[in-house]
Amino acid sequence: MTSSLPPGAGRTLSARQLERNAYRLRRSRRRATIAAVSTVVVLGLMLVVVVNAPGWERVRTTYFDWRHARESFPAILDAFWLNIRLFLTIEVIVLALALLVAVVRVIPSPALTPLKILAALYTDIFRGIPTLLVVLLVGFGVPALNLGGLPTSLFWLGVIALTLSYGAYVAEVLRAGLVSIHPTQWASGRALGMSYGQTLRHIVLPQAVRRVAPPLINDFVSLQKDTALLSTIGLVEALRAAQVYSASTFNFTSLCVAALFFIVVTIPLARFTDWLTIRSLRRENGI
Amino acid sequence: MLRINGLTKAFGDNVVLDGIDLEVARGEVVCLIGASGSGKSTLLRCLDLLEVTDDGDIWLDGRELTDPAIDLDRARRDIGIVFQAYNLFPHLSVLDNVTIGPRRVLKESKADAERRAHALLDRIGLNGKATAYPDALSGGQQQRVALIRAVAMQPKLLLLDEVTAALDPMLVGEVLDVVRDLKNEGHTIVMATHEMAFARECADRVVFLSGGVLIEEGTPERIFTAPQDSRTREFLARYLPA
Repeated sequence: MTSSLPPGAGRTLSARQLERNAYRLRRSRRRATIAAVSTVVVLGLMLVVVVNAPGWERVRTTYFDWRHARESFPAILDAFWLNIRLFLTIEVIVLALALLVAVVRVIPSPALTPLKILAALYTDIFRGIPTLLVVLLVGFGVPALNLGGLPTSLFWLGVIALTLSYGAYVAEVLRAGLVSIHPTQWASGRALGMSYGQTLRHIVLPQAVRRVAPPLINDFVSLQKDTALLSTIGLVEALRAAQVYSASTFNFTSLCVAALFFIVVTIPLARFTDWLTIRSLRRENGI
Repeated sequence: MLRINGLTKAFGDNVVLDGIDLEVARGEVVCLIGASGSGKSTLLRCLDLLEVTDDGDIWLDGRELTDPAIDLDRARRDIGIVFQAYNLFPHLSVLDNVTIGPRRVLKESKADAERRAHALLDRIGLNGKATAYPDALSGGQQQRVALIRAVAMQPKLLLLDEVTAALDPMLVGEVLDVVRDLKNEGHTIVMATHEMAFARECADRVVFLSGGVLIEEGTPERIFTAPQDSRTREFLARYLPA
């Protein structure tokens, strides 16, 4: 850190302070140099090791071929639009479902006991089953019921499967947030004359959601990736489109292209989470 | 033992401490008084190296704390600080709050640290609360625990930053009793306070700060009965009913 004395205030720093400032400057330069050198060395070594691997030439032509990347791009882009529609739809339904489940589990009302048991069973069961299994069960099992009124479109079956799985995770995250709010906040809300519901809605829930925003968004990032699981029930989303391409060309570059699409939508969300976290820290802790 | 020369600290354009000179002898209790924003807290934070100073030296027992090459963790071991808001660790019991420093930093055995902690808790009448968690204690009790948590590290210098400011008058007394006890035991204490009666009774020296400048210092007797500077007189007039 450097001296922050306002300039031109008629102050001259003592000789000792100039020495200190010079020492700090030297130290921060030394640290920056060490950071730069170690970064270059570590990344450079990793690159050298990979490029010199015996199979590197074959990997490069099968996974990172520019021509195949260009050729597979349009079909994957087209298919990725389905992923986006899927996860946007699922995210909205998951939030609503999870909020309902979390609130039911938190409210201390005995009248809700049957609902509470259902909610607990739901989270326990669907957090315990691998998401892929839920997708397969819903995707193939629900249509086999031949029940009128149940959706038969693959899109909605996929939405149901991932909603069931992620609703359970998100419900638990929200519940953790709700119970982490100090009891004095409940008391203060009730003391103003607000009902239990009003206190929950206006005082506790806003604080809880802010507190769990990072894990919540983490779950949504994970959900975005898991839309690829729906390829197993026959939805032609980005991964499936990439597989179709590679099956006809025996080149896997298309898979890397699909991976890039998923990364591109994840990174903004990750930066957004960072920003949210820092903002609420600043606001509430004055940091 | 503690010597401060020309200590200066600015936050941006705002000069918060402006060339503070102060010496504190071993076993002395020095009370810093002054309005909010006069620099009392910043001075204490600088002494505990929680702020990087912009000029001037701080020496503690022949070691320059303002040396940029200093090992901060090692230096802070000799200095205890207690804040207005207690800042006990909410996830640890009272006993663990007091023993975590001696065990992790001073590498005391669990048995030794706990024996000393129980003795300290006994002295403040809270041994019965050893297994309780901070949230279950009153403000005064929490602040007393915070005081002995600092003392358990056996610091050479104890800094107290308005330790009674968040407490109601009934609880202020019990916390100040502990401070008085620590003074009698020979601890060297620099404390920022608004408790003028306590400063008058307990301090060896009172220092009045205003606008980041040390306006005057002296025995409590002299500062409270014959302040030299008009700013000191104005400040005291608001605190001491004539």
